[in-house]
Amino acid sequence: MTTAHDPGQPYGLKTTLMVGMEIHVELDTRTKMWTDAPNVAHPDYFDAGPNTLLSPVVIGMPGTLPVMNHAAVEMSILVGLALNCAIARRCKWDRKSYWYPDLPKNYQISQYDQPICGAGYLDIPVDGSTKRIRITRAHLEEDAGKLLHDLPGGGHSDGSLVDLNRAGTPLLEIVTEPDFGSADEAVVFGQMLRDLCRHLGVTQGVMQQGHMRFEPNINVLIEKDARTCKTPIVEIKNLNSFKAVHGAILHEHTRQVEKWLEDGVEMGARSKSTRGWDDAKLVTTPQREKEDEDEYRYFPDPDLCEVEVDDAMLEAIRARLVELPHARLRRYVDELKLKEADAKAIIDEPAVTAYFERVLAEGAGALPAAKLLRNNLSKLANEKGAGPDALGVSAAQLASIVGLLDAGTVGSNVVDTLLVACTTSDADPAQLAEQGGLVQVQDDSQLEAWVDEVLANPKLQKAVEDLRGGKQQAIGALMGQVMRLSKGSANPGQVTKLILAKVRQ
Amino acid sequence: MPDPAITQDDVRHAAKLCRLALTDGEVDRFTSQLGDILGYIQKLNELDVEGVRPMPHALDQHNVFRDDQPAPGLATDAALANAPAKDGPFFKVPKVLGEGGGA
Repeated sequence: MTTAHDPGQPYGLKTTLMVGMEIHVELDTRTKMWTDAPNVAHPDYFDAGPNTLLSPVVIGMPGTLPVMNHAAVEMSILVGLALNCAIARRCKWDRKSYWYPDLPKNYQISQYDQPICGAGYLDIPVDGSTKRIRITRAHLEEDAGKLLHDLPGGGHSDGSLVDLNRAGTPLLEIVTEPDFGSADEAVVFGQMLRDLCRHLGVTQGVMQQGHMRFEPNINVLIEKDARTCKTPIVEIKNLNSFKAVHGAILHEHTRQVEKWLEDGVEMGARSKSTRGWDDAKLVTTPQREKEDEDEYRYFPDPDLCEVEVDDAMLEAIRARLVELPHARLRRYVDELKLKEADAKAIIDEPAVTAYFERVLAEGAGALPAAKLLRNNLSKLANEKGAGPDALGVSAAQLASIVGLLDAGTVGSNVVDTLLVACTTSDADPAQLAEQGGLVQVQDDSQLEAWVDEVLANPKLQKAVEDLRGGKQQAIGALMGQVMRLSKGSANPGQVTKLILAKVRQ
Repeated sequence: MPDPAITQDDVRHAAKLCRLALTDGEVDRFTSQLGDILGYIQKLNELDVEGVRPMPHALDQHNVFRDDQPAPGLATDAALANAPAKDGPFFKVPKVLGEGGGA
């Protein structure tokens, strides 16, 4: 997956990587965190022009007041429940003050000492077993805007340009304990978290659009002369691909050991530093230092009241928990006996997963349903450029086709035709098959008549003789003629039996 | 009771964080004024608040929520109307080096 080099144990020293992560998740509510201006992380607004998703609250006009987005609070609690977090029964909002042109109010509304989600965990698969990654907390805040250094299209500007579309997007910041011992573990966790959030319906999770941004905190324990030295922690800012997460952690492992060999500096007060990731050179690079925590001057935001989560609210949100993707994958493979690749493909897109579940709820068998979905329906989806769930073939229709195939009413050769018919009609596929002349002929006397005609055809006598002489593949030519006569409606299994019986008489 | 006194260095540091340019005279004045305010607030420490839930807000309200329904916002032109500088649909600020502040 990565092009970065895994150092293994740098310089022959015995070292241990310690990595924790902060993950920012942009919630895909329709509106922003504090006002009803549209949210750029919602798919309806992905393509909005610069500075078109604004309101007086977003641009920090004096006298404006923030009002909490109910949906964002619920989504945050939903993620917290999925991560086994203790949900705060009360929490408040704080102002985090710093100056940057992408932050219109000069403070970010966040949660300092009362996160909405407290300690939790997520178990990740590692080497055929599982490893528990502890979640420290998850708090809700607002995203900042974006700074551009050139005009779109590359034109030069003598200043930096500010687009505030993203300002005020609800942002869930999830913080883990330093439980990752390798870059691989951090990536597995990141991918699981992305799947989980997408299946819970709280984010679109498009990495390229920055819907999920990862900040690993990395240091290395080095065994030296019966002593364990700890290198200072380095935080890598704003990684928005798993490749970058992987590469940055590997690079820091080597770099920190090299630096320690050079200057011997160990972790101490204020020793933490911030670096960025250079995707082209595959190295981390030093970054401007922001304020220390005590310089953010956190204090409770006087514009906002507390959040109180009572039992009824908590249970209503708990009812929205879905089977999490990792558990679902295991169930599809272990219980439904799907091939792992098929199960993964179905789970990859939450809308497809939901569609597949609806097909099963209509009574279709899992294996034939998965086969239809993965082969025929996905092919059609590719042709039409839409998801298999969005082609106009209802779950009931797909389940019905599974039934028709199972009963031998239609052959697999007509499934594609039948699916196309379903995209423009809500009728039962049984009826569509009838109207389209797609019903398989299973009537023995009709089949026999076709077979007799073909076997009597003088041009086919060589094939008949070959077959009689034991040359099995000769049946292909005879089958083809029967299918042609029946215009594809003959049941191939029955035709085979009939030909063999008659030839061997 | 801890000493509520605030030093001139505290005031200069706070002013720097707030991007305020203060004259030496102002630093003098604010150091004494802020010291007085902190001294006054310090009186609250004399109250016994054992068992009283901390009150983060002056109003005893909670869950003041808004439904997640979008409404047309502020037009780009209107939003940019008071900007000291702009370039096309963007606010323009003095050149910033390096990556953004980030949330």
